[in-house]
Amino acid sequence: MSGMDAWLTVIVCGLVTIAVRASFIVLPPGAEVPAWLVGSLKYVAAAVLPALIVPDVLFRDVVPGDTVNIYRIIAAALAAAVALKTKHILGTMTTGMVALWLLKWWTPF
Amino acid sequence: MQTARSAFFHGLRDQVPFIPGFVPFGLITGAASISAGMDPWLSMAMSVIMFAGAAQLAALSLLAQHAPGGIVVLTVLVVNLRMMMYSAACAPYFRQTPRLRKWLFAYLLTDHVFAMLTTRFDKHHVPAHLDAYYFGVTGAMWCIWQASVAIGVFAGTLIPTQWSLDFAIPLVFLSLVFPALRTRSHWCAALAAGVAAAFCIALPLKLGLVAAAITGIVVGALAERWSVVRAGTNPGAQT
Repeated sequence: MSGMDAWLTVIVCGLVTIAVRASFIVLPPGAEVPAWLVGSLKYVAAAVLPALIVPDVLFRDVVPGDTVNIYRIIAAALAAAVALKTKHILGTMTTGMVALWLLKWWTPF
Repeated sequence: MQTARSAFFHGLRDQVPFIPGFVPFGLITGAASISAGMDPWLSMAMSVIMFAGAAQLAALSLLAQHAPGGIVVLTVLVVNLRMMMYSAACAPYFRQTPRLRKWLFAYLLTDHVFAMLTTRFDKHHVPAHLDAYYFGVTGAMWCIWQASVAIGVFAGTLIPTQWSLDFAIPLVFLSLVFPALRTRSHWCAALAAGVAAAFCIALPLKLGLVAAAITGIVVGALAERWSVVRAGTNPGAQT
């Protein structure tokens, strides 16, 4: 994506974000959240986050010849264990990053 | 909160305990955008234009992979949809607020201030000078967020790419996903979306993300319906 397109995309992303936030605040009083939205929102976070995580973990910086990035998978698994156990954002990030660095720089293979 | 001025400073003070939680998130967002290959000015502009941590991270990860603009916008919309619920919950507090200021307040709306507003104040008895209080809370948050992103962007330009700081993006999402998995249906949705994302990676135009998300949402809804049916017809079934 060229520079101009990227800028345009970011501006449209900003407009979408403000529209979603402003929706009910600027609508006349009495407007209610539609039932279809409440129903479909239920699983949005649970579905979107893994859909964002998986490609970034599996397929970024893959060593030529490999299918997936095994270092990132191991580091993400350790971080996931910490996230599940502690629900601590900084602890999760530290575990994942340190694990990735150790695997990348101190493994003989 | 006797005067607008005191309400504003009251808001600022109430925000102070939460600052340590936002700063690392902002630093990571800034540094990860550089590590993912974004232009520093665009990274900073994105932070000011969007002012939404999770959506910023999702957008910059896709932009760095040269996803088409439509997919980036669609992803941002989906990641931010929860804000529509916040908007509905916060609307009663801003009934008396002038129209233009409503837009400013909407721009400043975050998960955090939504929780603060709805738990600390009664929407049927909105205190005087709540606007000034809100501006104190969100103004402090905005300044701290932009400053930490800016420091992150600057640090990101100094940190070598071998450090793989962009790996922080999936890690942030990883720490956000587990609190969202409240029931077995949520777990089904997450697992289905994750597996679908792995297999849909070959789809053109980064459509895999959208396909995987829809798969997850449908599987979650199906799992819910199935568990309701099962509980209704044969309580305690072991199958």
